[in-house]
Amino acid sequence: MSLDFNQNHFDLFGLPHAFALDADKLDKAYRDIQAEIHPDRFAHAGEAEQRLAMQWTTKVNEAYQTLKKPFERARYLLLLNGVDAMDPMNTSMPADFIMAQMEWREALENARAARDGAALETLERTLKARAKEMRELLSELLDERRDYAGASDTLRKLRFMDKLLEEVGAAYESLD
Amino acid sequence: MALLQIAEPGFSTAPHQHRLAVGIDLGTTNSLVATVRNGVAVVLNDARGHGLLPSVVRYHKDGSTTVGLSALVQAAEDPHNTLISAKRFMGRGIQDIPDAATMPYQFVDAPGMVQIKTVAGVKSPVEVSAEILKVLKARAEAALGGELVGAVITVPAYFDDAQRQATKDAARVAGLNVLRLLNEPTAAAIAYGLDNAAEGLYAVYDLGGGTFDISILRLTKGVFEVLATNGDSALGGDDFDRRIYCWALDQARIHTLADADKALLMAHAREAKENLSDHGEAHITAVLTTGEVVDLRLSEAIFNEITASLVNKTLLPCRKALRDAGLQAEDVKGVVMVGGSTRIPRIQAAVGEFFGQTPLTNLDPDKVVALGAAIQANVLAGNKSGDDWLLLDVVPLSLGLETMGGLTEKIIPRNATIPTARAQEFTTYKDGQTAMSIHVVQGERELVSDCRSLARFELRGIPPMVAGAARVRVTFQVDADGLLSVMARETGTGIESSIAVKPSYGLTDDEVANMLKDSYAHAQDDMAARNLLEAGVDGRRLLEASEAALAENGGELLTPAERAGIDALMHALRAALAGDDLAAVKRATEALNQGTVEFAARRMDRSVKKALTGHRLDELEV
Repeated sequence: MSLDFNQNHFDLFGLPHAFALDADKLDKAYRDIQAEIHPDRFAHAGEAEQRLAMQWTTKVNEAYQTLKKPFERARYLLLLNGVDAMDPMNTSMPADFIMAQMEWREALENARAARDGAALETLERTLKARAKEMRELLSELLDERRDYAGASDTLRKLRFMDKLLEEVGAAYESLD
Repeated sequence: MALLQIAEPGFSTAPHQHRLAVGIDLGTTNSLVATVRNGVAVVLNDARGHGLLPSVVRYHKDGSTTVGLSALVQAAEDPHNTLISAKRFMGRGIQDIPDAATMPYQFVDAPGMVQIKTVAGVKSPVEVSAEILKVLKARAEAALGGELVGAVITVPAYFDDAQRQATKDAARVAGLNVLRLLNEPTAAAIAYGLDNAAEGLYAVYDLGGGTFDISILRLTKGVFEVLATNGDSALGGDDFDRRIYCWALDQARIHTLADADKALLMAHAREAKENLSDHGEAHITAVLTTGEVVDLRLSEAIFNEITASLVNKTLLPCRKALRDAGLQAEDVKGVVMVGGSTRIPRIQAAVGEFFGQTPLTNLDPDKVVALGAAIQANVLAGNKSGDDWLLLDVVPLSLGLETMGGLTEKIIPRNATIPTARAQEFTTYKDGQTAMSIHVVQGERELVSDCRSLARFELRGIPPMVAGAARVRVTFQVDADGLLSVMARETGTGIESSIAVKPSYGLTDDEVANMLKDSYAHAQDDMAARNLLEAGVDGRRLLEASEAALAENGGELLTPAERAGIDALMHALRAALAGDDLAAVKRATEALNQGTVEFAARRMDRSVKKALTGHRLDELEV
């Protein structure tokens, strides 16, 4: 009858094991649990309870951060299904995607060198649109087709997109 | 001063159950203590009616101290022994204080933290801060008529681990039980949010005497969630004073100054800044010990010009915090101004321009942090009012390890919600390697040399294996005070090494104990009696907590045999508390602690389940 400290993140928040997420429901479940177990609720309790409150809150924070971010959620869902998408041994990437990557990087370099804010914006829009498509595909692969190998490939592509977007962000800052 | 209604009218806890707790804003320039009285947060004044205690400590030859206004007004008479803005030195080495040369102090470059030579001996910034805290503690106990259960002490959100640890040590030296270290902008958000029933995204711009913080928070149904924080822990009103001071020296063509004159001119510079905010212009008139006369007129235009780069320096962290939160300036619903330096008109204008709206200045920027801390202290002490709100704060700076080539490997990213923990595996790089040195750092930069070194320790006894075969798991845990502890473990053999991150920039337990001893030796307090008293407070606190827990669900969660076991331990602790054997009190307290671990675990499970059940019931209602 005791609650399992190692139970999976979806069960912890009472959510279905799926990539599609009701964000409001996650937020609400997170807040409800925090309201009961946060260390601030146990500041006047015994040492043992204080320590447990910290451990539980740590776990709940990790679970929430994992489920909240689409990339982490997909990666976690794949791990639950026995697929490690970020396995360092797995580096294969389709040629057309590598080509696209190179083009985007070149555009980024050019925009940065020319201090061209408008070009950065155009690139950012393109990248965001592609990333959005990938997330939609990911949702389909994970929740409907249950094609975990395909989802793993898409997730690795998404990782590249996120990194590029981060670099675009850094380039914006260098304009200031 | 704003009145903060935090409970329904007519609802207040019975006076005899009310636990005395305070919030303390330990500021660079001024410090304050506040408490919640009859459901309202109030700043506690001294006998003369002053709320603000200047954070100034003067040491005398006989070891006694003068703290506050009288020390400040006499600063020019005794500049070497009158320590102003000691908060700037907390957890810092001499190399971290670039303007040390303009200060009249004799710094001693002690390992870990800089110290200052005074007539009463060499003092650590921790001891100086403790003197300020002691005065506030005494003020609170006199006003409230009893011993404090504990205090919430505020720290700048951008304080790193060394600075936080130093602050907590100072509280221990002052004999305060720290309920929580609370970030200053978050404290302000509590006071502001509860007072205004605010919902949505808010920015708190907090420019104090020596530190700058920007925090972005989401306020939803009583939850204060910090999304991102940024800042500069060495930028504040002091820097504006120093710009005026340097300008004045330049205008008056003065090159060398006696220390007494440095203190005098700094005081005039500060005064000029304040007059400028109120009147639009200011005069600096002073007669130096050399007989030279300084007589200058400072206009707002000149002031704005000489401080423009400082104002800009606060906007970069604002931009970074917004980016980290994934927001644009226009998403922010309100900007709360905190800290005395936000009275400067140019700052209000610059912040208004940046966020595209007039900043909120309806709360006293000097008091709002202490008021928020008092509200939090009241809840943490177990006084039930206002229990239905919750605070979720973050780590301000990434925490990581040194890896090959002097590079940083981040383990916990900045803006992670606390408490948090992360583990990462490392391996040996040489055949037969039996030890691994672990260097803990904090900061955003890639090179270890550009980050702050927090601690170094070694994991020894790894069985000799070929390179890459050993698996060392390093776990970082940040607690609800934002303090880090690190544990390393070789997973094959279970060889373990752990550390509360202190050695390179904090104080060891022994050092704190010695400071406590010194401080009480002077007060002619009996250290042994003090120890017994503190152990007794701990023991009684645990008894009280255990009684409350048993009353709540002891019957439901424990078998009669388990219940009897805990009852016996409580009985033993009560008996020990009746005597005066320190070791017996500590032993009995520890025994009850150990004996209630399983009960605590069941209670926690129940809390989690209750939260989930509540959640599912809500879904059924929809």
